[in-house]
Amino acid sequence: MKVKSTQIKEPLLRMVKRDAVSPKKAWEIRAIAFLLSLVTGGLLILVLGHNPLSVYKSMVVGAWGSKTVMYETVKLAVPLLITAIGISFAFKMKFWNIGAEGQILVGAVAAGAFGLFTAHIFPKLPLVILMLLAGMAAGGLYGLLPAVCKAKWGTNETLFTLMLNYIALAFIKYLMNGPWKAPGSSFPKIAMLVPGARLTKVLGVHWGWILALVLVVAAYFYFNKTKQGYEIAVVGESNDTARYAGINVSKVFMRTMFLSGALCGLVGMLQFSGADYTITEGTAGGVGFTAITVAWLAKMNPYGMLIVSIFIAMLERGSNTIQTNFKIPASASDLLIGIILFFMLGCEFFITYRLILRGKEEHHG
Amino acid sequence: MGETRDYAVKMHHVTKTFGKVVANKDVDLELKNGEILALLGENGSGKTTLMNMLSGIYFPDYGDIHIHGIPVTIRSPKDAFDLGIGMIHQHFKLVDVLTAAENIVLGLDGKTTVNRKELNKKVAELASRYGFEIDPSKKVYNMAVSEKQTVEILKVLYRGADILILDEPTAVLTPQETEKLFAVLRNMKADGKSIIIITHKLHEVLSISDRVAILRKGEYIGVVETSETNQDQLTEMMVGRPISLEIERPQLERGEKRLKVVDLTCLNGDGIKALDNVSFSAYSGEILGVAGIAGSGQKELCEVIAGLYPTIGGAVLYTDEREDGPVKESILGLTPDQIVEKGISMAFVPEDRLGMGLVADMDMTDNVMLRSYKNNKGLFVDRKTPKKVAEQLIEEMEIVTPGVDTPVGRMSGGNVQKVLLGREIALSPSVLIVAYPVRGLDINSSYRIYDLLNEQKKKGVAVIFIGEDLDVLMELSDRVMVLCGGRVSGIVDPRKVTKEDIGLMMIQVNEQKEEEDV
Repeated sequence: MKVKSTQIKEPLLRMVKRDAVSPKKAWEIRAIAFLLSLVTGGLLILVLGHNPLSVYKSMVVGAWGSKTVMYETVKLAVPLLITAIGISFAFKMKFWNIGAEGQILVGAVAAGAFGLFTAHIFPKLPLVILMLLAGMAAGGLYGLLPAVCKAKWGTNETLFTLMLNYIALAFIKYLMNGPWKAPGSSFPKIAMLVPGARLTKVLGVHWGWILALVLVVAAYFYFNKTKQGYEIAVVGESNDTARYAGINVSKVFMRTMFLSGALCGLVGMLQFSGADYTITEGTAGGVGFTAITVAWLAKMNPYGMLIVSIFIAMLERGSNTIQTNFKIPASASDLLIGIILFFMLGCEFFITYRLILRGKEEHHG
Repeated sequence: MGETRDYAVKMHHVTKTFGKVVANKDVDLELKNGEILALLGENGSGKTTLMNMLSGIYFPDYGDIHIHGIPVTIRSPKDAFDLGIGMIHQHFKLVDVLTAAENIVLGLDGKTTVNRKELNKKVAELASRYGFEIDPSKKVYNMAVSEKQTVEILKVLYRGADILILDEPTAVLTPQETEKLFAVLRNMKADGKSIIIITHKLHEVLSISDRVAILRKGEYIGVVETSETNQDQLTEMMVGRPISLEIERPQLERGEKRLKVVDLTCLNGDGIKALDNVSFSAYSGEILGVAGIAGSGQKELCEVIAGLYPTIGGAVLYTDEREDGPVKESILGLTPDQIVEKGISMAFVPEDRLGMGLVADMDMTDNVMLRSYKNNKGLFVDRKTPKKVAEQLIEEMEIVTPGVDTPVGRMSGGNVQKVLLGREIALSPSVLIVAYPVRGLDINSSYRIYDLLNEQKKKGVAVIFIGEDLDVLMELSDRVMVLCGGRVSGIVDPRKVTKEDIGLMMIQVNEQKEEEDV
């Protein structure tokens, strides 16, 4: 029997962990994944009976083609970005806050409490500041609750934060149908914010975008340069190590979740006073969940989140455009976004591992 | 080389790589029928990887395997079983709530119902044939480590294995238990079984094996007849150059009583006493060794003193007659940062280096500042000072790493330990607790660690050294405290007792032996 005899039954496909991948190689893989996603999406468009190139072009034009659509794209990106930054606070310490939706909603409600009912008392500036603080405080407290329970009784934060989303949603429905129902309206809806209290526009979009950019820098600084950021990183890696280092893990949980919730609450306030001018069940509109994708794709790096949130906002705007221009159903354009995100998330696997076909590996010996 | 039929196992040109790491490079290994072959090598030399390929856990990249002269392909542990190969792993794979006999037949083909009486009889017969002492109807959760190991071995024998591989079987045993195991192995050999025993303890190799195969850094160095070799030759083959195996024990005048531990009692997660009225003192300028079977309360003892584990009774008193005024504190119940606030510098090298002592994903700088980042005033962290310390550590401790920016999780075990111990020593501690500091380290790194501990002792630090290798404990320590089931079964002078004495104390508490507070 010769040496080669045992080679024959090698498994067809093997997974091998790569050594550290150079950034250049990683970007190559991402670029290939993006192209492949366009090709796959193109097949879908072909099946629907359209020219993929013109559909893709119309997506880009629909997002960036004119000032008006650009404003809309930025308006979509702002809440995504701030929410992503907010949840990355929690995610960095491996606290799975999927309650951003709820935190956004309570933020909006708290801002609404001032915006809708005290606009005649306060001048604009103090009113906006009041709304801002109220929104952040409400979101923060709503985020603090699961942290306190986890610190005290070890509750599961994933379930806890998820359930709080539904409570916030139900609360808004109650407000719409009851105490906050707009006077004279036959529909269950909440009144509009008076124009005088709406956020000022800077270069066409409410100033929330400037705040978002400031937060990107601030968050990066917080994570990398401050003691609190360092503590978050240590807690995220191992609670035992954190205790060993003399870090009060419960305190870090609570402090960080308050910040995380406060940023999400800020989004609620911005959406209310800068974009929608009212509060509905759709005020959060899935931003709290999409932001999870943003944070992961950016690997919790705030600058990465800036790019990813603009990219996703573009996809969403673009998908609206192709729905109207090509009569492509909403479900199909959502599928298209799904395909692109699937490839982008999936390629991270190929950055960590490579696959080896049977017999393709060179042998030592 | 003899007839192929004389060999139970022949592995030729076996190569296995993980990414860029070559775990085994062109290794040959031959096991004769009815012999005990010791597979010797330092940690990371590829012993376990090689055996995992024989037992079907890994598939070789290259090379061929012959069992009883027949070329075979082993793709899964089941293939290995079918060929009569059984491996007893370092970490036991037993179901706690089942009995010994149930664990032994678990996963075997058979009828849907089990006749437990008959099964127990069969297991008992098998056990007595080789001289095992076991109660087949005992539940695994009631078993001591050595009993669990017996179950693992019987499991393999019950399945009809005639080639047995034991991965570091003595690491968890007392000297007496080791002797028993060796007696069983000799019985099995007499019965015609072929056995490979993985170990890095030289005296065990010499006492049990017929031949010794040596691996170094994944490469096959050679095989020698046990009767024709000695410790020095084996060390040299294993390490690559001659090395002195003496451990220093500097003779010093013992200093003041630094730590007095009184009647310490704590519970484990199941509400059972993990420490039971533990009392002892640790003195400045001495190394107090702590011996005991794994899980006798060592982990809890360290963590209680370091302020990481809750107790239900006792006291820990700290004294330090410093020039700037004496410090006398009761530190039980304080958290690590409260201990620091009292002005006490307590260094602790925990057993779980990357899970407690260090953060694997962070670089050296961030790990160095883990214990000191709070010293800096204000909101921000200062990375300049820790970076300097890290660079200093690399130089002084001869740490091999691409740089201070490399995550410590990427470094080898020995270097990780040097980072951890180096950081703790940099705190200029007055008490240094080290738990299993040389586990997984090669000989060179181990001796470097012993030197460092001696240096600290000479500086007047009270060193508490939790160890598992009794030889090392007895050579390095000034006194040895033996733990058994969470209780102190004695504190002895290692120069005046034998290894067997300590082994006995590890398995039973002698009630008469009260702590002599010398």
